[in-house]
Amino acid sequence: MKRYKHAASGILVPLVALALWQLLSSMGWVNATILPSPLRVLVKWWAYLRPLEAFDSAQGSYLKWCLSGELIQDALGSLYRVLVGFFIGGGLALPLGLAMGYSRVMYGLFNPLVQVLRPIPPIAYIPLSILWFGLGNPPAVFLISIGAFFPVLMNTVAGVQNVDSIYLRVGRNLGASRLTQFTHIILPAATPYIFTGARIGMGTAFIVVIVSEMIAVNNGLGYRILEAREYLWSDKIIAGMFTIGLLGLGIDTLMSGLSTHLLKWHRGLEQS
Amino acid sequence: MSGAKHISIQGVHKVFQSGGQEVYALKAIDLEVARGEFVCLLGPSGCGKSTLLNAVAGFSLPSSGTITVEGVPITEPGPDRGMVFQEYALFPWMTVEQNIAFGLQIKQVAKAVIQAKVDELLVLLNLQDFRRRYPKDLSGGMRQRVAIARVLAIDSPIMLMDEPFGALDALTRRNLQDELLRLWTELKKTILFVTHSIEEALYLADRTVVMTYRPGTIKRDLSIDLPRPRDVASPAFNALKKELSQLLMEEQHRHQQDEFKGAAVD
Repeated sequence: MKRYKHAASGILVPLVALALWQLLSSMGWVNATILPSPLRVLVKWWAYLRPLEAFDSAQGSYLKWCLSGELIQDALGSLYRVLVGFFIGGGLALPLGLAMGYSRVMYGLFNPLVQVLRPIPPIAYIPLSILWFGLGNPPAVFLISIGAFFPVLMNTVAGVQNVDSIYLRVGRNLGASRLTQFTHIILPAATPYIFTGARIGMGTAFIVVIVSEMIAVNNGLGYRILEAREYLWSDKIIAGMFTIGLLGLGIDTLMSGLSTHLLKWHRGLEQS
Repeated sequence: MSGAKHISIQGVHKVFQSGGQEVYALKAIDLEVARGEFVCLLGPSGCGKSTLLNAVAGFSLPSSGTITVEGVPITEPGPDRGMVFQEYALFPWMTVEQNIAFGLQIKQVAKAVIQAKVDELLVLLNLQDFRRRYPKDLSGGMRQRVAIARVLAIDSPIMLMDEPFGALDALTRRNLQDELLRLWTELKKTILFVTHSIEEALYLADRTVVMTYRPGTIKRDLSIDLPRPRDVASPAFNALKKELSQLLMEEQHRHQQDEFKGAAVD
């Protein structure tokens, strides 16, 4: 009951904002090209989502037809780049972060370089990414993996460095080898940090995918928004933006659900 | 309790550097603990009792002097000296069962053997209903039972206990003290137990070693010959309590003077 109340109060502000927006448009106070009404956005959104041609069983299955809409294709394209980029970036960051967190030598070797590269926004790599990887998915995936790399790296390093030393003392007391200490104590103790890093990295990947699609590819939500701009289709721009928002929210909810499930032993800040 | 000497501490010094000064946490400690003996280290905070325990555990070796277990000098921590910490230190990502099994898993004991041992310990410490719980869902007393079970699982002949019941309420504390005595009688461990509670030391130990505040030395080594279970209200118990209070008060007084001096310097 309380949960529904919570959800209800969470939906109140968006509803009021929508109503205000609709009012502004209906009263003709804003130019429809500059800010189309929510209804117009909704109509465009539907048109963008729905399959372009009538269903024809000769062309393939019903499911394939359902997914043939432009919006679905764009969303799948963006999602594909986000996931590939995230797994490449995160997959490289995780082992490096574990090594840097565990070994002072590794930390000393890599940290200066990391600190110099970290503040460079992935967008700054756009010219090089095109030079190195040409056009299409590769430069986009490259940019996204850079975006996902650093949050995962920094959090993994912090996670390993912040393992409470008492757990290591227990490990040594029970006779654990260094390898066992790493796999059974340091790694699980660091997972809350690693998950946080993955979540932030995924968020960054979503930001970067939109930018990357504005330069090098010809589908995806970022591309579609830019394309709509050329035609001054502001309703489609807004529909695309909300799609990105909802997709991002969906992924984040999935990730946080996964981490809550895997970290059910965890209770936020560790008490003794 | 008498038996062959199990832990032997000879001429142990432990020096820390503090603000360019050498501070003796431990000075010329000589102590022998017999097999199966229950010895309490008693003293005010800062007297080095935990330092001494950590030295025996092998976490921080003495600056000079030797500590031997069964005649073999200690160089590192090991499962022959299981330690129970005040802050429990259970692995929060492992269930009760997994925590208890961890020490055996390390030794690569066969799964069936581990399971049997864990089952036995769960019963012994009354934890059957909690085997699949995570530490965060347990009370302090329950957690300390798990920590004790974890050490018992590896069957170390020596148990080192660092104020294990210090964070518990009085009732739970007495309860666990009784259980510890039961386990000790049953399993014949040698126990070195750090506490700052006079009553706890008198209730538990065969011998109570009172330590001085900086430098940490042994002030008094007192055999407690009261029959068990001990009656905390008996005149004999209270006579000993008074005697130990007197000794501790002197050290507490020096501790306070030191703190005032420190405050004046700051």
